[in-house]
Amino acid sequence: MPPIAPRSSQLSTIPAGAGKGDATPNRRCVLCGGAALAMVLVSPAARAEDEDPARAKRPQAGDLLAFFEGDRAGKIIKPDDLKLGGPPVLAWPMDPSSKALRDGSRFNQVLLIRLDPNALEANEKPHAAEGIVGFSAICTHAQCTVAGWVQDKQVFQCPCHQSRYDPKQDARVVFGPAPRALPALPLKLDGGNLLVAGPFIGRIGMARPGMG
Amino acid sequence: MGFIGKGVKFAFAASLLGSVFAAPAIAAEVTNYAPVTKQRLENPEPGNWLLYRRTYDGHGFSPLKQINTTNVKNLVPVWTFSTGVIEGHEAPPMVNNGVMFVATPYGQVLALNAKTGDPIWRYKHQLPEDLFQLHPTSRGVAMWQDKLFLAATDDHLIAIDAKTGKELWNTKVQDYKKGQYMTLEPLVVNGKVMVGGSGGEFGVRGYVAAFDADTGKELWRTYTIPGPGEPGHDTWRGDDWKTGGGSVWITGTYDPKRNIAYWGVGNAAPWPGDQHPGDNLYTSSVIALDPDTGKIVGYHQYHQNDSWDWDEIDSPMLINMSYNGGQPFDALVHPGRDGYLWVLKQMDEGQIGFVYGKPFVGQNAFKSIDAKTGRPTVDPEHKPTTGKDVSFCPSLWGGKDWPAASYSNETHLLYIPANNNMCEQLEGKKEKLVVGQLWLGADADNAKLLPGADHIGELQAWDVSTGKQAWVHPFTGSQLFASVLSTGGDLVFVGGTNDRMFRAFDAKTGKVLWEQKTNSGIMGMPVAYEVDGTEYIAIQSGWGVDAQRIQDMLAKTSMKVDPDVPQGGVVWVFAVKHE
Repeated sequence: MPPIAPRSSQLSTIPAGAGKGDATPNRRCVLCGGAALAMVLVSPAARAEDEDPARAKRPQAGDLLAFFEGDRAGKIIKPDDLKLGGPPVLAWPMDPSSKALRDGSRFNQVLLIRLDPNALEANEKPHAAEGIVGFSAICTHAQCTVAGWVQDKQVFQCPCHQSRYDPKQDARVVFGPAPRALPALPLKLDGGNLLVAGPFIGRIGMARPGMG
Repeated sequence: MGFIGKGVKFAFAASLLGSVFAAPAIAAEVTNYAPVTKQRLENPEPGNWLLYRRTYDGHGFSPLKQINTTNVKNLVPVWTFSTGVIEGHEAPPMVNNGVMFVATPYGQVLALNAKTGDPIWRYKHQLPEDLFQLHPTSRGVAMWQDKLFLAATDDHLIAIDAKTGKELWNTKVQDYKKGQYMTLEPLVVNGKVMVGGSGGEFGVRGYVAAFDADTGKELWRTYTIPGPGEPGHDTWRGDDWKTGGGSVWITGTYDPKRNIAYWGVGNAAPWPGDQHPGDNLYTSSVIALDPDTGKIVGYHQYHQNDSWDWDEIDSPMLINMSYNGGQPFDALVHPGRDGYLWVLKQMDEGQIGFVYGKPFVGQNAFKSIDAKTGRPTVDPEHKPTTGKDVSFCPSLWGGKDWPAASYSNETHLLYIPANNNMCEQLEGKKEKLVVGQLWLGADADNAKLLPGADHIGELQAWDVSTGKQAWVHPFTGSQLFASVLSTGGDLVFVGGTNDRMFRAFDAKTGKVLWEQKTNSGIMGMPVAYEVDGTEYIAIQSGWGVDAQRIQDMLAKTSMKVDPDVPQGGVVWVFAVKHE
């Protein structure tokens, strides 16, 4: 089917030099605003189909985080599992009592990355945990999983339309058609565990009600 | 202008504007709707557009000739209608006796007065909030009796009352959470609604399935990858068949004489062929199905062990032709994503013979093809492999992607919306499949232009009876990513370029006779129809999906196109302005 940009089970790392011709950050957002206005006319989306309420519940304060994929899929992520400067790790929230994954909705997929705490934007620091930041992994453009990582630019990249998000700027859009930043997931450290500190900040996925 | 009184009742006209944009409210309804029958589908009236390509043979040809090479210069917009939806508007506006049915991205269907553009009703399917929107589009609604059929991107097949816009039944086909979705216009044959599933990039196992038009009950399902014990299963290694791709996402063609439906099948998954060794039937093939039972009665594989993401999903056109002065025969003609123009031969029992294949764009993946069978000999230097950086031409989007070619019953030429001069650099890598996540087996971000190339898109005309190109029109600074219409007026219509133009060409010479800049880029399918003695041309303008992905790629090349092509769907309808 259609060519799409990189994706990897361990989050793709895109080589230096890829993505030349980057547009001005948010250049298309002038249009996005118009489109969003038009889309007000459409109906709200249904909830996810066949949704298990327990598994689909959004991340809660106190949740653990577990590997989404790979050899350690489902295992709890420790702070030391995250390398300074990336690549990011894709995660599911985990109920701390039952140890059940909240994997009933794609909207619960989380991107985790450890960065230099001093490099983070001021408004990002309150929801970071010693440089570890978390974001929704669902692209705000077309809801693909933001599975790419451009190592030399230190930005997330969506494989579907190449939208890029800078995790040091609270996942602000720095290239591509995505209309807005990835919602942040506040984190905290407690007794050596990496925990969710609160709900996502902002709407997950496409900005328009109901996608159509 | 007396159409409204004749065909459409605006029962609640005063509240129309308020209600049409609310939840699926019925603003008005179609009276004296003309049921779509077997006879009408097999012999459609010249003034209507009842099938994806107007006729079961897939020609995309309208015999209407009121608009012709002499007067097309006077073609003007008659009405427009904003859909209120962004992304790729790919569907043909379907027309039945003065009523137009338009499918848009995100599961909407509009019923419009085809003469005036006035809305009659709007149907909105509610998509689940967490849907992976890899291809937010629809390629149209199918018709049978007084129903319409929508294959939605959350993998539901929905029947809609054509008169009222009311949902009649809604059948879950597969599970969208596993990367299974639908974008195609269904094919209806004798009350059976056939669909295929997308998801070749998610490691699905493709299929064609049929549903009862009255009830939505599934009647049969045929997988495009044979299971254990079925013929062709031995072309797969181990369990590769379970996740081998072979999606089906473009409407099939149908031969009523032989009662055989032909469906194109998509790429093998993941992309690098060394990860699924074998011929991998029936990926990148055409399969011949008995629509009554779903039984596969024949096939032809265009290329084995697909490694280039070259879906061959565009179903072959059925053309009665001769070749190099020989006896006439019933041909299957397919300008392939692999860059070859394939001409095959129908056999009465469904088997498919090979006639010829020749490249219509620069292609370096095949060294040669077997003169008897058509099987390509592949050049390993240009075949993507795990751990090896490989270049190949044409690109992942191929010589012609899904946008449909057209065959004129007047000029007997085939019009191909081709893309040339764009190649690909790809290195395969091993990835574990995670259900519901993309599974490509490669990083695909490296389309390359051939040195000195000033264009990608080419509208090509071919004489299939000689295998020779008649003319070509290049589009400087652009791809060509839209379906083609040919008409009895010796015209060829196509959009597809990043300058937002809709153009008419002289079908015999390729000369541009008319063009109109539209609101957005066009990746839709033009149609011709007639109401009250006037011929109209209709097209949806609404850029997105893969036309935009190519645009993003071209922006990174020496062509340096502006990636910012405006989005937003509008239905445009044109007619000749009388002097």
